[in-house]
Amino acid sequence: MEALFAQLSFGPDGWGDELAAGAWMTVRLAVVTLPFGLVLGFLIALAKVGDRRWLNWLGEIYTTVFRGLPELLTLFIIYYGGQILLQKAVALVAPDAEVGVSSFVAGMIALGMVFAAYASEAFVSAIRAIGKGQFEAGDALGMRRATTWIVVVLPQLFRLALPAIGNLWLVLLKETSLVSVIALNDLLRTTNIIVGATKQPFFFFLVALLIYLVLSIVSSYGLSRLEARFGRGYGLAR
Amino acid sequence: MDFELLARYGPRLIDGVLVTLSIVGLSVVIGAVLSAPLTVMRLSPNRIVNGIAYSYTTFFRGTPLLAQTFLVYYGAGQFRGFFESIGLWWFFRDAFNCIVLTFALNTAAYQAEILRGAVQSVARGQWEAASALGVTRAVAAWKVILPQALIVALRPYGNEIILMMKGSAIASVVTVYDLMGVTRLAYSRSFNFEVYLWAAVLYLAMVEALRRIWGALERRLTRHLRPA
Repeated sequence: MEALFAQLSFGPDGWGDELAAGAWMTVRLAVVTLPFGLVLGFLIALAKVGDRRWLNWLGEIYTTVFRGLPELLTLFIIYYGGQILLQKAVALVAPDAEVGVSSFVAGMIALGMVFAAYASEAFVSAIRAIGKGQFEAGDALGMRRATTWIVVVLPQLFRLALPAIGNLWLVLLKETSLVSVIALNDLLRTTNIIVGATKQPFFFFLVALLIYLVLSIVSSYGLSRLEARFGRGYGLAR
Repeated sequence: MDFELLARYGPRLIDGVLVTLSIVGLSVVIGAVLSAPLTVMRLSPNRIVNGIAYSYTTFFRGTPLLAQTFLVYYGAGQFRGFFESIGLWWFFRDAFNCIVLTFALNTAAYQAEILRGAVQSVARGQWEAASALGVTRAVAAWKVILPQALIVALRPYGNEIILMMKGSAIASVVTVYDLMGVTRLAYSRSFNFEVYLWAAVLYLAMVEALRRIWGALERRLTRHLRPA
């Protein structure tokens, strides 16, 4: 038993530093994906609540497709499809050049697109909950639409959408593990490599799961703090 | 459209759909069975019993399904001697069984949370009314509370099945030839990107079909709640 735990030490004899590097990659991928997914999700939400019918329709199709596809399939489509498209684009300029899509970027785009599909639904219901009156009040005060959005609507939007976005963050954190399949050295792939060397799958996968669990628990604690902070003044603080 | 490719891999993709559907069907049903005792434990006032169920659901909901799959599939291999001695190695040797086991354990945690929320959403007065009529708690739970709770749980159950359907693509990573597995095989042999797009259409069709079926089920089961 002690020998097992000694393997988790840092330095040349233990796998602790490798695991930490993998976990760091997982966190980085999730953190980088978040703003991309949020912005894309917000734009799609705007398309869905706007006045233009064809934009509404486009937003609905996007949501249906990316909520219906397995994340792993979306990832492969972006990874291999992106590679093919990029290859063709580059071949126009330099026919002999070899290009590849980095698995980190492919993961970020694929997970971000899925995140955006779900996030747009959260934003749409938040926008509906805020109501027309806030925009009309902004107009009545002579504010520009952009100003109304930034000063009046967005702060309320974040409070209303936060619980749903928080759940999506927890889902995103877990889904980063899929990127290990396209050879990104995240926590799960690092563990796979360690298992290949040590032949102790049960112990090391259990350790990896516990690291994911810690990330999830820390996140949900942070999220509840954030919700309390945004909810202050609404009788929700603490 | 590459019809030659479709002719060669089309039947295999259909086989893959059947494998995907059986993984989802089996694990959702087994998970539903497992979720019942978990829910009872979660609703128990006994802190130890409650804590065990809470730890179980937190563990399975807080970690990636892919990592859980690796733990079961590769982890079982490490204990081959032990499983052989108790005569269970035939089960863990097959990746399909490992997948169904992992998915069932995983969905049980989510389903237990759905069921717990639904049971708690039924008004306390229903329990009290049942006990005032001299109905035992077990009968009240079965005949009074559960029918009302399941209606509340219907929609989240549907979402959970859809999530399982999408999640089942993970099976392809441990050599199971589900729809995703067949697709990856076809791509690695043909290098034709189209197969991924067919797989996408098939997955979307499955999810959409399930949504329609679930919508019809929900309308039928809640017909007594609608104004005439």
